[in-house]
Amino acid sequence: MNSSRHTLSVLVENKPGVLTRFTGLIARRGFNIHSLAVGVTEHEELSRITVVVDVNDVPLEQVTKQLNKLVNVIKIVELEPESSVRRAHIIYKVKANAATRPQVASAVEMFRAKIVDVGPDSVSIEATGELGKVEALREVLEPFGIKEIVQSGTVAIGRGAKSITDRALRG
Amino acid sequence: MAAKPSTAKDTGTQPASAPVTATPSSIRRNTGPEVLTGAQAIVRSLEKLEVDTVFGLPGGTILPTYDPLFETDKIRHILVRHEQGAGHAAEGYAAASGKLGVCIATSGPGATNLITALADAHMDSVPMLAITGQQASSLLGTDAFQEADIVGMTMPVTKHSFLVTRAEDIPAALVNAHHIATTGRPGPVLVDITKDAQTGTAPFVWPEEPVLPGYRPILKPHAKQIREAARLMSEAQRPVFYIGGGVIRSEAEKELLRLAEATNIPVVTTLMARGAFPDSHQLHLGMPGMHGSVPAVTAFQKADLLIAIGARFDDRVTGKLDSFAPNAQVIHADIDPAEIGKNREVDVAIVGDAREVLAEMLAEMRSKFPKALERQREPWWRFLNRLKQTYPLGYETHGELCDPQYVISRISALTGPEAVYAAGVGQHQMWAAQFIEFERPKSWLNSGGLGTMGYSVPAAMGAKVSQPDRVVWAIDGDGCFQMTNQELATCALNNIPIKVAIINNSSLGMVRQWQTLFYDGRYSNTDLNTGHETIRIPDFAKLAEAYGCEAIRVDRNEDVDAAIEKALSINDRPVVLDFTVPPDAMVWPMVAAGVSNDEIEYARGIRPEFDGEGEEEAEAAIAEAGANEDGTVRSVAQIEGGLE
Repeated sequence: MNSSRHTLSVLVENKPGVLTRFTGLIARRGFNIHSLAVGVTEHEELSRITVVVDVNDVPLEQVTKQLNKLVNVIKIVELEPESSVRRAHIIYKVKANAATRPQVASAVEMFRAKIVDVGPDSVSIEATGELGKVEALREVLEPFGIKEIVQSGTVAIGRGAKSITDRALRG
Repeated sequence: MAAKPSTAKDTGTQPASAPVTATPSSIRRNTGPEVLTGAQAIVRSLEKLEVDTVFGLPGGTILPTYDPLFETDKIRHILVRHEQGAGHAAEGYAAASGKLGVCIATSGPGATNLITALADAHMDSVPMLAITGQQASSLLGTDAFQEADIVGMTMPVTKHSFLVTRAEDIPAALVNAHHIATTGRPGPVLVDITKDAQTGTAPFVWPEEPVLPGYRPILKPHAKQIREAARLMSEAQRPVFYIGGGVIRSEAEKELLRLAEATNIPVVTTLMARGAFPDSHQLHLGMPGMHGSVPAVTAFQKADLLIAIGARFDDRVTGKLDSFAPNAQVIHADIDPAEIGKNREVDVAIVGDAREVLAEMLAEMRSKFPKALERQREPWWRFLNRLKQTYPLGYETHGELCDPQYVISRISALTGPEAVYAAGVGQHQMWAAQFIEFERPKSWLNSGGLGTMGYSVPAAMGAKVSQPDRVVWAIDGDGCFQMTNQELATCALNNIPIKVAIINNSSLGMVRQWQTLFYDGRYSNTDLNTGHETIRIPDFAKLAEAYGCEAIRVDRNEDVDAAIEKALSINDRPVVLDFTVPPDAMVWPMVAAGVSNDEIEYARGIRPEFDGEGEEEAEAAIAEAGANEDGTVRSVAQIEGGLE
């Protein structure tokens, strides 16, 4: 499964409807979007979409070419795991009473996550990290009973001094 | 700046020079950009983009634009009877001329009626601009009267689209739309303009050039790829050009002719590329694919090199993909990088405009592989010429009624290659692609990708408007004709004298053919009752007369020539010829859907045989291939296997 998971960093024009065009094209090819994060960049006229898709290499190349054809797409770069930093932000709401709370807290500590809310029957845990790490945390928490998961899309950036945005604007 | 308004005011007080109706522009004369309403800006922009014809139909939200459109003498607006007709007319106008085709519709149903034509233009890469009215921006998303999210609906079937909500954004949107539609791989662009953007005012500022940071089509091919392609072409024993519609869109026919003649490589032209290379040329093998010629289909199957230019390895060409051209290396040149390698893996990928690609291929062959240009490839040509002789296009005659193939070949013979031929979709389309002799590009218009029944009458109308001095034929079927024949009214009223040949087999013929071949002759819902010895509803002759057209019915082969000649002599109104043909006539050759091209049937139950002399020729070709420098024994074995 992971062998076919790809992270694309996509610079797009900051205009209405661009996200619809982008995700619509991916949906038409029948690919599932694993995660999606959209936000501003250091240039007012550009936005960045970070998208994680589950797809094999050949169709990925095809869909990347088609995404590149979208008039509002400026640049697409695939970020390889070894040459990029990637982070997802996640909040789990877990069942926890006085008896189980210490166990939950110790799991949270092991993962360097953080308890951000405590109630009589639950705790909410915030974690940031590679998707693998936050998913591992989930496995540990599952036996206690996960009541709710809220997750941001993965954001990713290439390692080193180079900037995709600068390259795109120069090119 | 401050002094200028007073100057304008002074001018305005001169009684003689003051216009009767003081528009904002006359008040602000000489003060910088002229102030126009959005509607005026639309018309002005179209004028500046040198649009001379638009096809459309007004309605509530586009009304503001129809007012200045009424005044301009630079743009001819042709009032259609259905917006789909406007869309196909714009396509026909574009495909026959190479220029942008423009259509206009109102919001809601007007816009949704354009969708089929947009999808058609998208599939066949037709440069087209669709302008639609839209509800006022304050009402967007409220299910207002005649509101439809046409930008959202058409995203998958347009090259790009714009929603314009402010008058000042109109010129730039139209400049950008024009640029996107006409450059790179051409396609349809939709500009949806709200009513308040049309009625609002803004200084008319004309952008010097389009501003599209994310749109940079690559026209110039990479030198290294051209060199690699030339090397493969110089080494190939059995190369074939696989020519697609891109060659017509890029107007690369001269470059193709030069390269083909210089290299002596056979040429196959797809359904979209008919006319890109003269049919009469000895290097031409015909059309490939489901109803392709035996020489063209077989050449692909036996080739060791396909040189695909502006083609997209459509399933109707390749048949079962994994047995298509099994021994061939592939050079694939296309302006759209997303087409390369989409269906078939390629050995040399070239992104670029077909004209530049073909010109540079020839230059490279001349400078780097001059000896290869002297090669005749005699065994390959002996094999192909044998196929041409043994399996020419032909048909069985059915006796009493007109033979559809005969009708079409006589239309071609009596009208000639300077005419434009537009077909609908189905049997008549395939017969037209086969039996019309195409000698020049842009003479063949059809709905290749989407397969839109009803394309031909409006497309012929658009073509006739752009090519008034050419004879324009709509070769239509009785099913297709009933989908868009309302545009005959448009033709009759606007002096657009097209000629419509209905190949009337009283049925949805291609579907019926499949029912004959694959559904045991169970003719479920394909009988249309328009033909010989039926109730004839509608009677096409009466219908044509009701639309102010000349009507001619022809039932027998011996009357065909006289009818065509009469049609050719009438140029003051459209002519509709109702050719009654038998429903049992079928299109051959045929490769059934999803089957290998090796299974081509020349006629029902008859498969070409490659034994006897034909096989000797092929073996000689293979032997020569075996003698090739690196001793390509691998391909020899494969081909021998393929020859049975």
